[in-house]
Amino acid sequence: MYTTELDKTAGSAAAPAAVEDPALLAAFEARVANDEFIEPKDWMPEAYRRTLTRQISQHAHSEIVGMLPEGNWLTRAPSLKRKAILLAKIQDEGGHGLYLYCAAETLGTSREQMIEALHAGKAKYSTIFNYPTLNWADIGAIGWLVDGAAIMNQVPLQRTSYGPYARAMVRVCKEESFHQRQGYDLLLEMMKGTPEQRAMVQDAMNRWWWPSLMMFGPPDDNSPNSAQSIRWRIKRETNDELRQKFVDATVPQAELLGITVPDPDLQWNEERGHYDFGAIDWNEFYAVVRGEGPVARERMKARRAAWDEGAWVREAAAAWEARQAARRAAAA
Amino acid sequence: MNDLLFQYLLRLGDDSLILGQRLCEWCGHAPTIEVDLSLSNLALDLIGQATLFLGYAGEVESGGRDADALAFHRDAEDFRNCLLVEQPNGDFARTMARQFLFSSYQLALLDRLCSSADGRIAEIAAKAVKEVRYHADLAADWVVRLGDGTAESRGRMIEGLDDCWRFLDDLFAMDDGERALAAAGIAADKAALRPLVQGRVEQVLRQATLSMPGLPWQVTGGRTGRHSEHLSRLLAEMQVLPRAHPGARW
Amino acid sequence: MSKDWPLWEVFVRARGGLEHRHAGSVHAPDAELALRHARDTYTRRMEGVSLWVVRSADIVASDPDQAGELFEPAASKVYRHPTFYDLPDAVKHM
Repeated sequence: MYTTELDKTAGSAAAPAAVEDPALLAAFEARVANDEFIEPKDWMPEAYRRTLTRQISQHAHSEIVGMLPEGNWLTRAPSLKRKAILLAKIQDEGGHGLYLYCAAETLGTSREQMIEALHAGKAKYSTIFNYPTLNWADIGAIGWLVDGAAIMNQVPLQRTSYGPYARAMVRVCKEESFHQRQGYDLLLEMMKGTPEQRAMVQDAMNRWWWPSLMMFGPPDDNSPNSAQSIRWRIKRETNDELRQKFVDATVPQAELLGITVPDPDLQWNEERGHYDFGAIDWNEFYAVVRGEGPVARERMKARRAAWDEGAWVREAAAAWEARQAARRAAAA
Repeated sequence: MNDLLFQYLLRLGDDSLILGQRLCEWCGHAPTIEVDLSLSNLALDLIGQATLFLGYAGEVESGGRDADALAFHRDAEDFRNCLLVEQPNGDFARTMARQFLFSSYQLALLDRLCSSADGRIAEIAAKAVKEVRYHADLAADWVVRLGDGTAESRGRMIEGLDDCWRFLDDLFAMDDGERALAAAGIAADKAALRPLVQGRVEQVLRQATLSMPGLPWQVTGGRTGRHSEHLSRLLAEMQVLPRAHPGARW
Repeated sequence: MSKDWPLWEVFVRARGGLEHRHAGSVHAPDAELALRHARDTYTRRMEGVSLWVVRSADIVASDPDQAGELFEPAASKVYRHPTFYDLPDAVKHM
């Protein structure tokens, strides 16, 4: 669903590549500056490989962990149509996690290693999924706001410099085009319902608005790897640019829906041609990045349990195939 | 005849609905991402079938109830699904044992219903039978791999099958009403399906190097609304929103 | 901790008459399940009518370091292209 540069401490990515051949490095930089695609077997600086592995795997982790908050309401979806839509959407997210892990694997780290890093708390995922889904309108809010924020970030990534990542993003963007719409549609329908339902929608908005703005990552002046990532076309726009774009697009949609954006400082700035908005609570953001979100423990516990309890299944299938292969070899 | 047809459609629709709901519980928790996607595909097919069968049931009843009203506003005793599909997921072996048995049964059933004298049933069956053929094959693949995988997976698969075997009679149960529909060419004669299903199951178990479990004490009642303890809990969860918010729009 | 299943590359034929094209990859324990996983992952929106899967490890790829010697010599063979030939306007549709 989404990723951004979350791991500020990984500044090593910016370290000069002292041991690397300057000629190769210059050729690489020239190719990237020329908007050429880099493919798995091409030479690339170690820092590029490392930064991309981290970014793509964070993105993959976000998709997989992101299945949980929505899955929380899947068995309680209030109509057969909504159940099917939600299941299809969550399934898409699983698929997107899968595409992204595969893209990251082309850089030389196995999916298993990435998953184990996640489970060991060494890898990050989008902070948004450490917030709980408390009522059915949250499912709409996630589609509208969280997927909306994701799209802002993902569309430019279709032109990212690393070929497998760009191709995965093309597929992801194509498939996600219904995700935001179904969320908004869900909320529109609820707004036509009972007063309790309208209250649920506003409540969801109150809880998801600020975490959605945080999804774009730390402000530009505190985002140390941004410049390099933009030079390498791993990122195409800065966090603050994307955040502003999101606010500008979303506020009129909230008005159309008939709900209030929970920000007293929000107002249209004629001069800038953008909405001004209030200060984001960055302490909360960094706390959630550290894994202190309201349901961070539950999310990780659920992922670890799924992986650990699935171990015997993965082993059984591998053992069966090993025996078949031995039989095939003996028969040959 | 209309009430018999209504009851029959509930049986068809409720089977798909309840098993689809059970499979939803796996979403996000499967042994690998690929398996997660497979299970979601099965659930999506089943929810789609339930929507069609229950929608038609509502039309036949002509009491103003649509598929959602039937799914979300009936109590457990009014559900007509077989006991097998409402059983908890357990581990992956149990889920696959249940899926294998049910899909093998459903495949034989839908195959027959493709030529039902009721055009609508035939139409729905023709669409669903393709889905279910895939379900049955996928589940069989897993029964074989787990049954003939490691000692642990084998033990779990044996236990899973053992658990399901209590509900075989229930799966094939028919009352006089359904027999009348079968005689009219609308429903399928489940008694005739049973040997077919049994043959297929035996064949897959042999491939899995497992033997057919003996027939233990049989628990029945699903088709007449006498369910296990699990169904009302499943429904409490599934139905909570529409029940808690009468008049709401979703 | 168990090893993850091996990686397979997935090729999808979108419609009859078209070639199979690389769509992505899946992890699967064996060929049969690789096909099922490919189906469940890459054809959920009617993207295909036929699938190929091949173990990623079995793919033999050219070396990008040899891209020069492999592919650049073709650049000078301009006479392989129809635009190389300047024909009088009177000759149409050739």
